[in-house]
Amino acid sequence: METVLVLGATSDIGMAIAKKFAAAGYNIQLAARKPELLGPLKSDIDIRYKVDCTLHAFDAVKYDTHAAFFDALKPDVTITIFGTMYEEEDAFNDWSLAETMINTNYTGAVSILNIAAKYYIAQQKGAIIGISSVAGDRGRASKLIYGSSKAAFTAYLAGLRNKCFKDNVHVMTVKPGFVYTRMTENMPLPKPLTSTPEEVADIVYNGFAKKKNTIYVKWFWRYIMLIIKNIPEFQFKKMKL
Amino acid sequence: MIKPIANWGNYPVIESNEESFVFDEQLDALILKEQPFIARGNGRCYGDASLADRTISTLKFNKILSFDAAAGVFECQSGITLDQILTVIVPQGWFLPVTPGTKFVTIGGALASDVHGKNHHVDGSISNHVLDFDLVLASGDVITCSPSVNPDLFEATCGGMGLTGVISRVKFRLKKIETSFIKQKQIKAANLQELIELFDTYKDYTYSVAWIDCLKKGEHFGRSILMLGEHATVNELGENQRTNPLKLPGNKQITFPINMPSWVLNQFTVKAFNFLYYGKNFKKEINNVVSYEPFFYPLDKVLHWNRLYGKKGFVQYQFVLPLDAKQGLIEILTRISDEGLGSFLAVLKVFGKQKSMISFPKEGYTLALDFPVRGNLLAFLDELDELVLKYKGRLYMSKDARMKPEILVAGYPELEKFKSIVKKYNPDGKIRSAQSDRLLLTDTK
Repeated sequence: METVLVLGATSDIGMAIAKKFAAAGYNIQLAARKPELLGPLKSDIDIRYKVDCTLHAFDAVKYDTHAAFFDALKPDVTITIFGTMYEEEDAFNDWSLAETMINTNYTGAVSILNIAAKYYIAQQKGAIIGISSVAGDRGRASKLIYGSSKAAFTAYLAGLRNKCFKDNVHVMTVKPGFVYTRMTENMPLPKPLTSTPEEVADIVYNGFAKKKNTIYVKWFWRYIMLIIKNIPEFQFKKMKL
Repeated sequence: MIKPIANWGNYPVIESNEESFVFDEQLDALILKEQPFIARGNGRCYGDASLADRTISTLKFNKILSFDAAAGVFECQSGITLDQILTVIVPQGWFLPVTPGTKFVTIGGALASDVHGKNHHVDGSISNHVLDFDLVLASGDVITCSPSVNPDLFEATCGGMGLTGVISRVKFRLKKIETSFIKQKQIKAANLQELIELFDTYKDYTYSVAWIDCLKKGEHFGRSILMLGEHATVNELGENQRTNPLKLPGNKQITFPINMPSWVLNQFTVKAFNFLYYGKNFKKEINNVVSYEPFFYPLDKVLHWNRLYGKKGFVQYQFVLPLDAKQGLIEILTRISDEGLGSFLAVLKVFGKQKSMISFPKEGYTLALDFPVRGNLLAFLDELDELVLKYKGRLYMSKDARMKPEILVAGYPELEKFKSIVKKYNPDGKIRSAQSDRLLLTDTK
């Protein structure tokens, strides 16, 4: 059976995606900065789905460890969920926070996915799923650094899809809108626009199975973002978004 | 985020800051915050037991830790629901040792309420099957409890409504089954006397419970349907059922769409319902083999059925009276029928013996009733409380939203001991709920 590497497995979305792929019969490699937190998720996956599940330490910003890390695992599917989000006002005032966001969300993701893509091109098969964000579709004040790091990641995934297409490597971009996670539980989110991590996982799995290029979670976010992208800049710059 | 929350009765509703955790270290951080709190599972108790200004939701703490499918021992984090557990254990030939009437409770909540099922007279309550659990105290310390290790804390936590600490991990024994089907027998009883005799005749059945029509007067006073069940063996299954004896029931569900306007429920509609419900069984006795789901969880089929009772919500009233207090049962049912306060769900069951510090069950008759919240309901329930006390009975805290503290004191002889254990492990009353404040289980500040 094929193996899926879940990068960022301690996040709510990472856990849900791991369970979804395990339920579909994939063996699971769970990777996170603190893999010692993942014992319960591993036992849960072992018992519920009877697939192989292993734990691995992965730090997105320790770029020089990435090659050896990937080489030891060689999964059939690589999924990146990891990311950092600080208060934008804090990040604007403190470069170290902004830098961490950029390095985790963009540089770290590019580093590990370059390695994965090279391996898949050589194999002439494989799949990469990158969890980006609707926040990357248009720059705005309330998502200044986070949004721009995700915009860069979205552009990278599009380029990678173009580069790998002829080599039979599937690259899928996922853009979630609002999601109920521990990170957002103190924000009032509009219920009809918000997904649960389990819904995100279902949609990601279905998109992967259908070899989609870019999916929004949920689907209507594509049209919400279409409207937002089409607001003329002279107007957009005056708006509070 | 502060938002209005309520338990299954939708009464009362309070504003609460609810936060969740996935890892032990996050639970520690939440517990050590200054503001008092109560742990909260899936909100399936009925009243105000898991409500407070600050609540810690266990729902994301829901992983299975171990499952010994040879010995039938299951270990999990406290936020997993029984529904989730069943999907894992049933196909491997195991069942919950005790289950309440809904599978949408968490195991932590089940233990904090020390839930009982239709098999109480044979198997006792859930705590009888627990090997050990971890409890995170108000101080952040973790204590493992079992019937032999920290037994006082074990006993005070089972049925203790979350006041001793946050239950974080539970390990318990399962029940071996050959099939996922139940061999069911339903017998109509023309009145209460006949029902009580039937309970006695069939006391060897593992599962027994009765639906009772509490509006009927005269010679059919207490007419009812007794429902009995045993786990079916493969030989008892029909041909189709035998192709997959450990089949999981499908998860088709209906959602009750809206809060019903409260005028819909009245004496006449309840009488009509009771007439149809009693009348649907044409024969005196029905015998068949059904999936475990309709037998144990008939109401889980309808999500949000509590909306039936409208926006104002309802109160479930459950009490137990000793076996020799049949007269009390008659008196209470008469009082309800005179008041015209019929309840769709009037359920009678016989409890077996139980050792209990704060757990609800004790040997006798237990009756559970649902009453929509209306103007004079609370005063009426206070009257019923007096009758329950007169016959040496007590009320179930997991259903309670309104009893007065003296009713609790009179019903639970070991209450002082329970309070002293709570005081010992939760000295500053940091763990407290709307219910514990109302019932003076934690010092009010």
